[in-house]
Amino acid sequence: MKNIMKLASIALVLLFTLFGLTNKASAAKLTMYCSVEIDVCEMLEQAYEKETGTKVAMTRASSGETFAKIKAESTNPKGDVWFGGTGDPHLTAAQENLTAVYKSKHFNDLLPAAQNQAVNANYKSVGIYVGALGFGYNKELLAKKGLPAPKSWMDLTKPIYKGEIQIANPNSSGTAYTTLATILQIFGEEKGWDYMKALHLNVNTYTKSGSAPIKATGRGENLIGICFQHDGVKQTKKGLPVVTVSPTEGTGYEVGSMSIIAGARNMEEAKKFYDWALSPPIQTMVFTSGKSLQVPSNTKAQADPDAPDLSTINLIDYNFKVYGEKSTRAGLLSKWDADVSTIPR
Amino acid sequence: MRGLVICWMLIGGLGFLIFPWYVTGDGFFSINWILEYSLADYGSVLPQVFTNKKYWLLPLAIPLFFPLTTLKLNQNNPLYSKIFLYSGLIGFFYFFLQGFSIGIRGWNFEIFQSIFGDVDNQFGVGSGAVLTCCTFIFYITHGLSSRGWLNGDNFIVGSIGSIIILVSTFVFFPIFRMFTIAFKGTGGGYEISNFSSKILNKGIWGLDCVYSDYACGVFWNTVTMGTLTAFSSTILGLAFALLIARTSFKFKKTIRILSVLPIITPPFVIGLAIIILFGRSGAVSTFLEWGFDIEPSRWIYGLPGIWFAQTLAFTPIAFLILIGVVESVSPSMEEASQTLRASKWQVFKTVTLPLMRPGIANAFLIGFIESLADFGNPLVLGAEYDVLSTEIFFAIVGAQYDETKAAILAMILLSVVLVVFYLQNQWLGKKSYISISGKGDSGVHPELPKKTKWLIYSTVLPWAFMTFVIYLMIMFGGFVEMWGVDHSFTLKHYIEAFSIDWVKDRGFLWTGTAWNSFSTTFTIAIISALPTAAIGILTAYLLTRHKFKGKNAFEFGTMLSFAIPGSVIGVSYVFAFNVPPIELTGTGIILVIAFVFRNMPVGVRAGMAAMNQLDPHLDEASSTLNASSSQTFRNIILPLLKPAITASLVFSFVRAMTAISAVIFLVSANYDLAVSYILGRLENNDFGLAIVYSSALIVVMLFTILLMQLIIGKRKLGRRDQSAGILQGNIG
Repeated sequence: MKNIMKLASIALVLLFTLFGLTNKASAAKLTMYCSVEIDVCEMLEQAYEKETGTKVAMTRASSGETFAKIKAESTNPKGDVWFGGTGDPHLTAAQENLTAVYKSKHFNDLLPAAQNQAVNANYKSVGIYVGALGFGYNKELLAKKGLPAPKSWMDLTKPIYKGEIQIANPNSSGTAYTTLATILQIFGEEKGWDYMKALHLNVNTYTKSGSAPIKATGRGENLIGICFQHDGVKQTKKGLPVVTVSPTEGTGYEVGSMSIIAGARNMEEAKKFYDWALSPPIQTMVFTSGKSLQVPSNTKAQADPDAPDLSTINLIDYNFKVYGEKSTRAGLLSKWDADVSTIPR
Repeated sequence: MRGLVICWMLIGGLGFLIFPWYVTGDGFFSINWILEYSLADYGSVLPQVFTNKKYWLLPLAIPLFFPLTTLKLNQNNPLYSKIFLYSGLIGFFYFFLQGFSIGIRGWNFEIFQSIFGDVDNQFGVGSGAVLTCCTFIFYITHGLSSRGWLNGDNFIVGSIGSIIILVSTFVFFPIFRMFTIAFKGTGGGYEISNFSSKILNKGIWGLDCVYSDYACGVFWNTVTMGTLTAFSSTILGLAFALLIARTSFKFKKTIRILSVLPIITPPFVIGLAIIILFGRSGAVSTFLEWGFDIEPSRWIYGLPGIWFAQTLAFTPIAFLILIGVVESVSPSMEEASQTLRASKWQVFKTVTLPLMRPGIANAFLIGFIESLADFGNPLVLGAEYDVLSTEIFFAIVGAQYDETKAAILAMILLSVVLVVFYLQNQWLGKKSYISISGKGDSGVHPELPKKTKWLIYSTVLPWAFMTFVIYLMIMFGGFVEMWGVDHSFTLKHYIEAFSIDWVKDRGFLWTGTAWNSFSTTFTIAIISALPTAAIGILTAYLLTRHKFKGKNAFEFGTMLSFAIPGSVIGVSYVFAFNVPPIELTGTGIILVIAFVFRNMPVGVRAGMAAMNQLDPHLDEASSTLNASSSQTFRNIILPLLKPAITASLVFSFVRAMTAISAVIFLVSANYDLAVSYILGRLENNDFGLAIVYSSALIVVMLFTILLMQLIIGKRKLGRRDQSAGILQGNIG
């Protein structure tokens, strides 16, 4: 008797777990690959689920990783929509036909930079936010070390900052790739590469993720982190002693983008999500939550009062079309790998 | 016998005629297809052939139903076995031929295109196909056993056959697929030039760091790290073991628990704790600066930090191996040497240590293998000290998606580990190091020489204390606002991770951000623990109690997956199972399978160690009473194996809960595991959440382990419990 009871209870337990694992059947589904901060991703996931009842399956990975995942799955796509991440990988994905064409109904309300992104991608992508590049430093550490505050890109190459700077590896991070492209556009081809080599001597670690440098800076593990300015401001808002700097020579910017994956299993749902994400109330919700301080691309949405004001920042005329090209990107990355990253320091 | 055959034919018929042939979008076990049946989506073979034009499936009916003709034959008729054997073989081979030739876009090989013209596409195998395939496997093994193989024992031949097929599909096939990817050219075809340029890369083999400031190749970094870790973990493990077994220290139980705690620790936690303590703004670093004016530096980022973290993580494994060895040294030998007037130090040096040598070598090699397979610590603390496991990860997951490079690096890592594994097998295969000889050996161990004793106390106690502090901090860290900045007490991290809300009309909502991955990880760990233990113990039974040709190869094959590093398994699974015929990526099943085959060797070793203690006369007694081998296995052997079953369940569960390197490639949107949650949190600087999550994991694991021991129960032997000996003897 006891044995039968044991067997029965084990069988019941197994059955329940199986059901638990598999009951994602009937309701509408959406698989989202999210490349912004995880707390923003979760906010979006929960808001969309609450509003529409659609079950959202979300994974968060940096834009480079997500691009690789979409490419690996291209013969059998598992994702539906790719939200966030800098614009360059989205452009490359569009060129490689990994994403689908869709023009949102909010298109005409978007910032020119966001609309340009869509045009450059043949409408396979669209801009959802704009953020300026820059860097941030830990003011307590700076005071303790008695160093002057850096104000420009050129300041960062000064030998006094040796081993104090962190930036991501451009191979895996959109932030770092944007930095590389920005430097080349500000200083020109030759001086630009010289700059990267000089900067390399001051770098203590090339991190994997683009926002890791400024986070380490916030925690006091590092002095200067190259990042997007909104990431720096976010650390300050959290109560960490970070000062964000907009370099005096001018700086580049990113147009965070969103794309629908070609061959998505839930195409209609993806389009619904696309329009929902670009709508003014949702953009306002995301960008005034304090978790994401970029400037929203929908002009009818509101930005956070603490967000970096783009009108006061000296933005260069970043050529997205050229630097988003797959061949340009591959060329720059291999040159960086060969000429810059191998220099001993 | 007839009943069994008819039963299997029914299963095959069900698979062929009723269950959906292809994988549905809802998951393997979902019953959605019954509820919302449609011929086009969920059809079995006949609808697929006639509605969806998959003509190539029809010939499978012949080998499947042909054995119905044997119903009139006697089993001793040679024709009987021939029919089964050949139907099975033909069916099985044709099944895989069509599976591999026709993929998601039609023909996979152009040669068939030219012969047969265009053909429709097909997806991966679903429940129907799997059932049919199982029936073919049964036919093959039944045919073989009817021919007299292994005394005509159906159960044994069937078990061996199924295990061989499973291991080949889920261990050898992915490795093979990865091997072929290594040779892929940039254009898509296969060329050797891409391979040679990537493998002869300076990034892998360069020795520049020896004579200049440049970095060394990945290979040398990995081997250096492995050797260092192996040394330190073995020495510390030996010190711990000697303390517990040979001294009269008063707090042995505490030390024992502390030394084993790192085994149930989730990934990254140790690295995180080290950063919090010893990082540039870490607690210890700030203290040193305040007290002794030592400037904090980033010394932990790089080889020193990785070495430190790995030693912390792998000393328990060395300890578990060595405690068994230390305890089994025969006291009679030591007493004999004492009667010959040897001093304590001479006894220790000339008798005790040499008798422990095999165990020490074993611990060293296991430490080396574990270090090479380690992924979490190099990721968190490595900065730019690149090792093979992280490089494989970045080759796949970084923006430079380079399959070939990943495959090549995986091959190199696998080769290193196999060489080391082989050396271990060669060195140790001839010596036995499992305790319990059964012969009276009542002697008393001599005390350790004084100097050694103090040496041990001075290494072990600080280390144990540091472990204690680290874990205290881990528990404590979940309750502070922000570590390093604001130490006010708060429950907000627990709330954010594990909150449960009550919403009207919808009942309980699991709103905490951690629930999703937490429940998935737990469920998958439990689900995979059961087949792991089952297959492991079954394999152990086959290996210890039966002799058959190719037994050594069989044993090596089943143990191989233990040697393969997690990254290699993860990568090879991604390559092998993303496209038909076996389409598993993005499902929960691929995670379960990865865990089962990764951890199966633990069950095998536990089972073998336990079964070596059981008298074979018990089986024979049961056979003379006319019990079949499956009855013997179920009624005699299994109840006596309870400790081994517990051990393998516990180990599989714990290893599944704390796995990273394999799993990080296999997580998907629907099946997010603990590791991605923790990693995401770490990257976002949310240390509080990461710590909270890890503490919860540790508590849940402890609780489940206790529950497992309760459910399985203790075996009733009528004499003193031997379970301790088995748990210790089965590692390695």
